[in-house]
Amino acid sequence: MSEGLSRPAAGHVPVLGLGDVLLVTLQGDLYDSTAHRLQQDLAEAIARSRVTGVVIDISGVEIVDSFLGRVLAEIAAQAELLAARTVVAGMRPAVAVTLVELGLTLPGLRTALTTEAAMELLARPVVPPRSGGGREGGP
Amino acid sequence: MPEHEAGGSLATPAHEVRDFLRRRREQIAQRWADEPLFRTVFTASRDEAVEAGKAVVDALARVADAQQVEDPDAAGFSAVREQLARMGAARSRAGLSNTQVSSELAALWPPAENLLVAESDQASPEELRAWSTTLSVLLGTLRLVAMQTALSETQSLIDRQRLQLLEVATPVIKLWDGIVAVPLIGTLDSARSQVVMETLLNAVVDQHARFAILDITGVPTVDSLVAQHLMKTVAAARLMGAECVVSGIRPAIAQTMVHLGLDLGTVKTRASLADALGHCLHELGTNIVNAAPDGAGRR
Repeated sequence: MSEGLSRPAAGHVPVLGLGDVLLVTLQGDLYDSTAHRLQQDLAEAIARSRVTGVVIDISGVEIVDSFLGRVLAEIAAQAELLAARTVVAGMRPAVAVTLVELGLTLPGLRTALTTEAAMELLARPVVPPRSGGGREGGP
Repeated sequence: MPEHEAGGSLATPAHEVRDFLRRRREQIAQRWADEPLFRTVFTASRDEAVEAGKAVVDALARVADAQQVEDPDAAGFSAVREQLARMGAARSRAGLSNTQVSSELAALWPPAENLLVAESDQASPEELRAWSTTLSVLLGTLRLVAMQTALSETQSLIDRQRLQLLEVATPVIKLWDGIVAVPLIGTLDSARSQVVMETLLNAVVDQHARFAILDITGVPTVDSLVAQHLMKTVAAARLMGAECVVSGIRPAIAQTMVHLGLDLGTVKTRASLADALGHCLHELGTNIVNAAPDGAGRR
C-alpha cells in the first residue's frame, strides 16, 4: 500500500512502500521544514506498515548542509529503534566530500552506491559482520 | 641646489638623470650592447642588442621622469619587464645563477656612469655626486625589477609543475568488476589528498565500485595529518556506499602509527595490495582457486 500520497502539497516528500521496504527519493533542494516533516512521516510510516528496511535515494540531491546530514542520521537511528534498517543510496561525490569536510561522517549509517544495491543489501538476512579491520589483542 | 642625498624627494637629480639618459640614449645603448648581458642574449646581430639597450634606457628615463627611482613597481618598468624576463631566462639557460645574472646587470652601471662623468665636467662635485647616486639607485632598482621578474617566472613554473604533479600522480585502477584501487605515491598534503578523494569518488560512481583500495606503499611517512586525510577519504567513500580498504602499510609505518597513537578506527587495513584484493573478492563472493592439478594447465 502506497503511503503519503493523500495530498502532494509543496515541500512534501512521497514515501513509497515496496514490499518490506519503504523507498524515499529526495530531489533537488530540500528545505529544512520538508526534511523535518519527512522525518516524522517516515517514523509513522515505519510504525504503521512494519517494514524492515528504508531506502533513501539522494542521487538527486546536489547540496547538503549539516542539518540534512543530521536529519539523515536521526532517521537512521529512529528507524533502528523501530527495527528497520536504513540505507542511504546514491550519494554524489561532491556531497560526500562536503559531509566529510563538515565532520559528519555518519558512522552508524548504512550506505549503498545505487538504490538497487541498497535493496540487495536489505535483502541479505542479517547485518553482515563488520569486522573492525583486524583488531586483535597485544602481541 | 647642492644636494647630496639622492632619491625622488628633490626634483633636480632625477630630472637631470632623465635628461642625461635621453641625451645619451644612443651611446649608452651602444656601450651596453658590448656588455656580456646584452651581447650573449642578443646573438643574432649587434643592432638587436642596441635596440634592446635603448628600450631599457627609455624605461629608465620614464621612471626618472616620474620621480620613482626607488620604486620597483614604477609604471615605467612594465615596458621592459618581459624583455628582462627573456634576458634572465636566456642567462639561466646558459647555466648562470640568479646572483651571476644580477652581477651582470650591475655591470651596466660603470659605462653609464663614465658617460655621465665625462659629459658633466663643469658641474660642481656635489651636483655630480647627486646625479651619480641617483643613476646608481635607478640601476639598482632595475636590478631589483629583473630579479623580481626572474623569481615570479620561477614561481609560476613551480605552480605549473605542481598542477601537473597532481594530475599525474593519482591514477585510479580498476582491479576487478566493482573493485578500484588508488596507488598513492609521495607525500600526501591536503591539496593532493583532495584530488585523490575526488578522483576516487568519481571512479566509484563511474565504475560502480563496491570496494576501493587505497594503497599507501609509496607513501614515505604517515603522520597524524596523512592519517586524517586517509580517514576523510575512507569516510567519504563509505558515505557513497563503497567500502574502503587501506593496504601497503609497511612494518615501520605500522610501528610509527602505533607509537603516535593514530587510530585508524573503523578503517579496514591489510598488509599488501594482494591481501586487500583477496579480501574484496571474498566479500564480493568471488573465489579464485588454483587450476586442478590434472587439468589442462600442466601434465
